[in-house]
Amino acid sequence: MVSRLREIALTLHSPRRWLGLGVAMLAVLALPALNRFTPAGSALHVADHLVPLGGKFLCYALVAMAMDLVWGFTGVLSLGHAVFFALGGYAMGMYLMRSIGTAGVYRSELPDFMVFLDWKELPWYWHGFQHFGFAAAMVFLVPGLLAYVFGFFAFRSRIRGVYFSIITQALTYALMLLMFRNDTGFGGNNGLTDFKTLLGHPLAEQGTKQALYVVSAIALLLSYLLCRFVVTSKLGRVLLALRDAESRVMFCGYSPFHYKLFVWTLSAMLCGLAGALYVPQVGIINPSELQPSASIEIAIWCAVGGRGTLIGGILGALLVNGWKSWLTAAYPDLWLYFLGVLFVSVTLFLPNGILGALSWRKRSAVLALAEAREAEDKHEPSQPLPRQA
Amino acid sequence: MSTDYMLWVDDVSVSFDGFKALTNLTLALAPGELRCVIGPNGAGKTTMMDVITGKTRPDSGDVYMHGSSVVLTHLSEPEIAEHGIGRKFQRPTVFENLTVFQNLELALKAKKTAFRSLFSRLSSEGRDRIDAALGTIGLRERAEAPAGLLAHGQKQWLEIGMLLVQDPKVLLVDEPVAGMTHREMDRTAELLISLAGERTVVVVEHDMDFVRGIARNGKVTVLHEGRVLAEGTMDAVQNDPKVIEVYLGQEAGEAKRTSLGPSAETTGAPC
Amino acid sequence: MRVATFILVVSLLGAAAGICRRAAADTGELSQLLQKLGSDDRDELQTAIEALGARSEPAALRALIALRDGKLRVDATGRVLYVVSSSAGEELREVTSDHAIGAANGSDRSTAEQASPLRLRTPLVNNSLRRVLTPAIAESQLRSSDVAVRKDAADALSKQADETLAPVLHKALKRETDAGVRTLLQLAVAQIDFSSSEPARRIAAIHVMQTTADVTFKAQLAALLEKSSDGSFREPSADVRKAASSAVATIESQELLTRVVRDLFYGLSLGSVLLLAALGLAITFGLLRVINMAHGEMLMLGAYCAYVAQTLFQKFLPNAIEYYLVLAVPLAFAVCMLVGVILERAVIRFLYGRPLETLLATWGISLMLIQTVRLLFGAQNVNVSNPSWLSGGVTVMTGVVVPYNRIATIVFAIAIVLFIAYMLNFTRLGLQVRAITQNRGMAACMGIATGKIDTLAFGLGSAIAGLGGVALSQIGNVGPELGQLYIVDSFMVVVVGGVGKIAGSVVAALGLGAVNKLLEPLAGAVLGKILVLCFVVLFIQRRPQGLFALKGRAAAEG
Repeated sequence: MVSRLREIALTLHSPRRWLGLGVAMLAVLALPALNRFTPAGSALHVADHLVPLGGKFLCYALVAMAMDLVWGFTGVLSLGHAVFFALGGYAMGMYLMRSIGTAGVYRSELPDFMVFLDWKELPWYWHGFQHFGFAAAMVFLVPGLLAYVFGFFAFRSRIRGVYFSIITQALTYALMLLMFRNDTGFGGNNGLTDFKTLLGHPLAEQGTKQALYVVSAIALLLSYLLCRFVVTSKLGRVLLALRDAESRVMFCGYSPFHYKLFVWTLSAMLCGLAGALYVPQVGIINPSELQPSASIEIAIWCAVGGRGTLIGGILGALLVNGWKSWLTAAYPDLWLYFLGVLFVSVTLFLPNGILGALSWRKRSAVLALAEAREAEDKHEPSQPLPRQA
Repeated sequence: MSTDYMLWVDDVSVSFDGFKALTNLTLALAPGELRCVIGPNGAGKTTMMDVITGKTRPDSGDVYMHGSSVVLTHLSEPEIAEHGIGRKFQRPTVFENLTVFQNLELALKAKKTAFRSLFSRLSSEGRDRIDAALGTIGLRERAEAPAGLLAHGQKQWLEIGMLLVQDPKVLLVDEPVAGMTHREMDRTAELLISLAGERTVVVVEHDMDFVRGIARNGKVTVLHEGRVLAEGTMDAVQNDPKVIEVYLGQEAGEAKRTSLGPSAETTGAPC
Repeated sequence: MRVATFILVVSLLGAAAGICRRAAADTGELSQLLQKLGSDDRDELQTAIEALGARSEPAALRALIALRDGKLRVDATGRVLYVVSSSAGEELREVTSDHAIGAANGSDRSTAEQASPLRLRTPLVNNSLRRVLTPAIAESQLRSSDVAVRKDAADALSKQADETLAPVLHKALKRETDAGVRTLLQLAVAQIDFSSSEPARRIAAIHVMQTTADVTFKAQLAALLEKSSDGSFREPSADVRKAASSAVATIESQELLTRVVRDLFYGLSLGSVLLLAALGLAITFGLLRVINMAHGEMLMLGAYCAYVAQTLFQKFLPNAIEYYLVLAVPLAFAVCMLVGVILERAVIRFLYGRPLETLLATWGISLMLIQTVRLLFGAQNVNVSNPSWLSGGVTVMTGVVVPYNRIATIVFAIAIVLFIAYMLNFTRLGLQVRAITQNRGMAACMGIATGKIDTLAFGLGSAIAGLGGVALSQIGNVGPELGQLYIVDSFMVVVVGGVGKIAGSVVAALGLGAVNKLLEPLAGAVLGKILVLCFVVLFIQRRPQGLFALKGRAAAEG
């Protein structure tokens, strides 16, 4: 048993990289530790508000990594990953709403917004969410189920490339509209907010925030290891093969449908987890998380960090969101320009992201070839050929 | 039709927007046979392969396989591959970002469900077979190199190697020697001949010398405008007046084009 | 005195000529009746009213209406006058001749009354008189020789008729020859019969209502089918209930038809905007195989061009503001073309063959465009108003008013589709575009400057979207996020319609527009959208080949 585990561990990473991973984890955990164990005013002290902010970034990192799994490895660009993130968030938000109990503004058993809408009883789909275990299961099941059903139809009919992307975007759009409605029963425009406690711990307390941060970090680590397990397995190699030459994979006897559906659903569930951790840290979940732009931003995190690396997604999410936090506060008008330029320049000048640029010498030759191949969708005879400008 | 067939293409018709690519094509392949299929451009050779491998659905007609009650034309591409049909593409298609070894590993005959793949470990027997294939295709030294870095001919070989480890009952080979040197061509011919016998091999080729070399006394099928024009030994076919009229009349042109190399036709690259 | 003189003259003339004896007698009778309106005797007054009601002269009707409205005056000489209110004040007119007497213009009530040397008396109308008066007015109106007057009267009666009017209506029905008026009269009768105690009359009434299929009767009819609190039907007769339910069904199907027609039309106009958005997208996608996420922003820029044109006209040519669209259309075309060309030259051509990256890069560009517009024009919606010749609408059937701006949108879209179809099929540029769409490498070999054509086509696609934006500014809100609202739908059009196929785009845009609008009332706007999405996904299940893989020998022979 131990030797089997050891073997798996070594397929995931070389011992040196395990060490690096440990160091990185310690660095991530240093933030709440410095917040807790150093006195305010000390040079090393981390301000209180940075803890939930950091926790939020870790959730984004988890989403970006999940995106990398489908885009970077499988070549399926989703413009709907925010949907799964938000669904996980809503599932957690529903638990948090229920755990407010009668402490709301209206002193009612019902969530405040339902009292406001003059509803007399809980809609059926709110039942069960008073139990943390149920809510936690839903965090995975709801996004997973939606992804499965959507993926089932989309992959079965062999929707690929940009078609898949724009159909996921349409899905996002439709869901956003749905969630904006009051009738849908998720608080409409305002979403779910004013949470009080999580498992009995007041969310306003710094200790809870630190704990949530640590849980997010652990979730990210475990998810990373899970993804790593997936991509280093034979299945991971099939995914890469799918990205590069889908029809060849089919004639080898693999059904792209099942592989894509698996990785797509897994990715959606990881997003659900990220959303669930995100909501108690930011204290609100509303339909703005479902805006098509939110999903596309996830893609740019991956692109910035470097696709097909898992770590790249994490890195990109942290970097871009760091910039965003700073810029939206310092120069709010400039943020969209910055983001726009980032989209354009990364695709034009850093096609393999930061990690790709760092390991340029090692990989460039292979990737350059791969890029050229990627262009040639075998089913379209009128391919534009790479041109010498 | 006798039951003694390996693959039976039964009365298949395919049309694209009114253009009839195949018209009532019937073809029976005996077990262990090496069949060469020739025909001018647009004769329907590649469409025939597409129908057999499930890439194109025929408008009418079916494809059957020996020893199995299934109708291939009702299955998806992976299922057809699972039933033992292997295909080598005209343009070499390998997985550029995987190493040569990994390419072979993916092609290796195994249960190919997603679940199996997630937990599968390469058995020592599988490793041996890959190693043997590496030896056959002469890429043992480059086993750990990314396939994208291989030369054109090496990719052709890698693809043949992938077919070997896939262990199909029927091998469909589309222009195997396009872009190969004469030495490589000879080796390919040897390989294809050695494969026939254990399995059924269908070779689509333009290069007449190559076809003559591998067909020996076996059957050659001539396609023309989506139909079987003639079938018989190479000599019989070459002396068939119909063939001479529609096909060999063009041979001069064909031969010239073939000698120019494959790229002009196969990749459609700009001049 | 004048009346008397007039009557005298007329009667003398009539007698002298030996003709119109009857008319003269009638006129005399009329004036006598009119005079009786001034009577204090209620009975006499009532008889006069009834008698006047049976007459068809305009004067009789004028008198009765004036009496009802308390505007009838009788002076001491017995002249019957009535007060006409207008913006200029009030004036007195003689009922018989309808001539103004006294100060005709600008006189207020007192001066008008002063004009008559003798004191004016206002006949009073009590409730019992009113009961007589209403049918009398109705009858008089229905006897009018003017069809329009009869029609108006019948229309008013069909909306509120009571038992007292029944004899009048039946009489009028016997006389009436105009079909339109007859229908209305029948309706009025039906209204009365509806509350009759005889089931047969009720059923007859319901049948009449059924034939009109007017929505206004639905509630009335449906009420017959309801049950009272004790569980029994409000309407005791089963036959009546049966007739009522059949009538309700007829009305409902008529209602459905109205709604379908209206929704189809709105769908058509939405579809034409989608079409303008998707046409450019289809061209660029077909040609370059890139998805331009900034395409929606071209719509937005086009709409803002309309706004700029409007502002410029307000400032410099306020008299010609009606025609600001004349500037808006070329402006939008030029601006969007320029932006499109710059976009293609600066970004997109470096990303050919990498469709997913192009998608991201163009998204980035759309962000920049949105932010630029926000900084220039503010984040709020701007007001682009219809020129007056696009305001209003035309009624195509009961309950369906088609606004001119939507008609204009459709016409505009048709014009542009024709232009594009012409351009693609009959010009050199079109030939080159089609050649590149089919086989880029071969086209390049033939000496077509593919790079240049790409840029041109991209600019053109963007310019068409800009025109779409102008159209959109006429029927919807104009704000920086405008493009984002339409981009998803226009992608759906491209997906359903197929790549680079104008006809496919047209069918898909109109189809999706119509389906969208038809589903909205059934499922709500949001569920409608979701259903459309599901429809698109299922559609692709059925026809993936026709849409995603180019069919043909080229695809199959490799």
